[in-house]
Amino acid sequence: MAEDGGKRAHLSPPGPSAGELTHIAHENYSSSQENKIQSHSSKLVTRPNVGDESNDGPPPPLPPRPGVAPSPQAATTKVQSIDVQTLQFPDGSRGTFQTPGARAMSTPVQLAANSGSSTPGRSSTVDADDAMSVMSIVAPTLRPPGDLASLMVSDMSRKSPAWQLLRSQSASVKPFETVRLDVRDSLADFAQEFEPVPGTSEQGGLGDEQRLAVWKSKLKHYMILSSSGKPIYSRHGDLSVVNSFMGVIQTIISFYEGADNPLQGFTAGGTRFVIVTEGPLYFVAISRLGESDAQLRSQLEALYMQILSTLTLPNLTSIFAHRPNTDLQKPLAGTEPLLSSLADSFTRGSPSVLLSALECLKLRKSHRASITSAFLKSHAGGNLLYGMIVAGGRLVSVIRPRQHSLHPSDLQLVFNMLFESGGIRSGEGENWIPICLPAFNNRGYLYMYVSFFDAAENTAPSSTSNSSDAVPEAIPFSPTHPTPQATSSDSIAIILISPSPTSFYDLQSTRNNLVSSLTKGPLLSHIRTSIQSGRPSLTTQISPGTPLSHFLYKSRANVQFCMPSSSPQFDSPLPRRKLMSLYHSLHGAVHARHCHLKVLHSVADDSTSLAWITPTFELYCVAGPNVSRAAMTQGANRIVQWAKREEERLFIIGGGVF
Amino acid sequence: MASRGPPGARGGMNTRFAQFKLVLLGESAVGKDQFDSYRESTIGAAFLTQTISLDENTTVKFEIWDTAGQERYKSLAPMYYRNANCAVVVYDITQASSLDKAKSWVKELQRQANESIIIALAGNKLDLVSEQPDKRAVSTADAEAYAKEAGLLFFETSAKTAENVRDLFTAIARRLPLDQVGPRHSRPGQRQGVSLNPESPNTNVGGPCAC
Repeated sequence: MAEDGGKRAHLSPPGPSAGELTHIAHENYSSSQENKIQSHSSKLVTRPNVGDESNDGPPPPLPPRPGVAPSPQAATTKVQSIDVQTLQFPDGSRGTFQTPGARAMSTPVQLAANSGSSTPGRSSTVDADDAMSVMSIVAPTLRPPGDLASLMVSDMSRKSPAWQLLRSQSASVKPFETVRLDVRDSLADFAQEFEPVPGTSEQGGLGDEQRLAVWKSKLKHYMILSSSGKPIYSRHGDLSVVNSFMGVIQTIISFYEGADNPLQGFTAGGTRFVIVTEGPLYFVAISRLGESDAQLRSQLEALYMQILSTLTLPNLTSIFAHRPNTDLQKPLAGTEPLLSSLADSFTRGSPSVLLSALECLKLRKSHRASITSAFLKSHAGGNLLYGMIVAGGRLVSVIRPRQHSLHPSDLQLVFNMLFESGGIRSGEGENWIPICLPAFNNRGYLYMYVSFFDAAENTAPSSTSNSSDAVPEAIPFSPTHPTPQATSSDSIAIILISPSPTSFYDLQSTRNNLVSSLTKGPLLSHIRTSIQSGRPSLTTQISPGTPLSHFLYKSRANVQFCMPSSSPQFDSPLPRRKLMSLYHSLHGAVHARHCHLKVLHSVADDSTSLAWITPTFELYCVAGPNVSRAAMTQGANRIVQWAKREEERLFIIGGGVF
Repeated sequence: MASRGPPGARGGMNTRFAQFKLVLLGESAVGKDQFDSYRESTIGAAFLTQTISLDENTTVKFEIWDTAGQERYKSLAPMYYRNANCAVVVYDITQASSLDKAKSWVKELQRQANESIIIALAGNKLDLVSEQPDKRAVSTADAEAYAKEAGLLFFETSAKTAENVRDLFTAIARRLPLDQVGPRHSRPGQRQGVSLNPESPNTNVGGPCAC
């Protein structure tokens, strides 16, 4: 095993096993340098910025295979590169590739003794050759003090007051705060990402070339076209800009289709093109954000699901069976905002999409139980399939029949429609929406009853008064329009889904029953309190004093995740995207095919991160660039303990079943 | 269902309260959604209630179904208009084609809906035309002549500025049979007509939609 890993660390390009070869071929922008970095991860700090395609693409970190005896002393460096990948967690979960013997154990201990810096002391165990080879690929830019220390031979650095001072500073550096002057930030234009490409019709508008330049400056494109080359959807630019490209894309794809060797994706410069063919439709994602093929593919699948949820599969098939040249834009009319908001949530980076999991509103177990039982009691027939209370995209309560469970991809479509697209804004109206939930059944429509009520304290839902016999006050017509004051983040929606198109009034009375039992007791105020307090803060509530800055914790059994408040560090779109890019690369690395990583510790210029996969949970966490592996491990353990302790508050376990 | 009072008029001391079903129909881009200003785009149908007072002691409550204008939802429309007491068919006065669409809705309503349905034709986006008169594509006289011929109420409205919207609803309310409506008087506008409607075409789950 050790030999295996060691060789990879030294060979460039690395000699991966047959299984990995395919993957690397896919990720052909990942350099050999990257593979070196991966295997030396805790040592090297060469990664350019996160988000730069050349580094964060998720090539598999080449886990050494078990079963080979450790190599002799000559292989010090090889062992070194391996125990980097080895983390000892108290629950006994270790990488499949840990080195036997004391060496693997010794590193964390040593690091703990050095508390805070990632490398000092390591130099003593690394032989000179290795140090050379390591240093040669460290870019001579802002490096954490650890590497400076490893340049010096003696231990004196550890005692020098200057060094102590530096080190005490270094631990407090937050992720993504280091600035590299030599590398242009590929995300520099992210702020303009969502601005529309100006149209031709605008007076005094830009010329074609300028518009094209704006269009090309976008970091991410999604395009949908029919197999006959008719454009269906493009995230950026109107058809005059995009039309010719659609033609080119159609030609390329159909060339490979014709050869019976469908094109999956290709790379041009730092841009990755990924293609998904679904029946008569071509989906293309063009990304400079460094996502993996699998991630881009799942994003395209989600767009396909959105189209199905509008049309249903039999409909879509029959449209193209009758007329292959159909312009699908017409049947899809009115759903562009849904596709765009879905696409933008991918571009911004959505933990829910990345983890294919849902997020719940944190509530006390007893409160959630009372809400769910009130929900079950309110159930007034109408052939209910699913009932949900959702607050700002986070589930509060779910009721469902025993034989059906919820599919995250379906709920993603529903939440996108209700909370992201602005298609249905919160107000006092009630909505009755035919929708196909493709993961549940892609052949037919379900009917969704949606009613919002504001989380603000004062507004009582109107229908409670409807239910009484009192004559409503006569109010002048126009001012009765509900004002859309509540933003989507703090509005509460009741969603009731039925297969019956005529069950509106039954579901309406279910809703009215529920609203009155929520407002009668303290339950609604429990929900509001939780909404107002937001996600728990990592540093003050979850794990005081933690070196970590952010994490995602997914409970695999419940298909749900939780995360701490993003404020203040990751509030704005750019740091958020950097954080999400890092999560994407971690996720891509640990979920790469043929890769059985359990723990991945990755150190870069601007951050350190850890992914930890067990059968029950997945944890991804991020810290500043100089946080030691030991501190990181400890922080990760604290989060896992916290999540276990709070499990029944963070997650809905089972939900209400009727 | 259980918690809702029966539709129809209830007499207080000397007040009248009547409740009616109204359906809003029209092409998707006519600005019909502005009639209930909380919706930006129309996906599915929205259900809302609107109460207006005709005079001191007469209150009319409309239960409004605002349907989506898109073609693909067309097969669902009968579900909404079948038992409606009144309908507002909206067109866009800046788009001639939208009037044709409105005419076909009127035809469909007259053929399929409740016989006594009161239909109002509303030419929307009056605000655009008052700013730029050259934008008008449908003349008031033409539309009015058609409305007269087909027996419709007619208004040009601006849902954006609320111009004439209230007048439109008031006019509808005045045409409705307020006095005949009593608790014992079973009108076709009762909602069980909508809720139990298995024969409604193309809406069964699992079956492909014919649109």
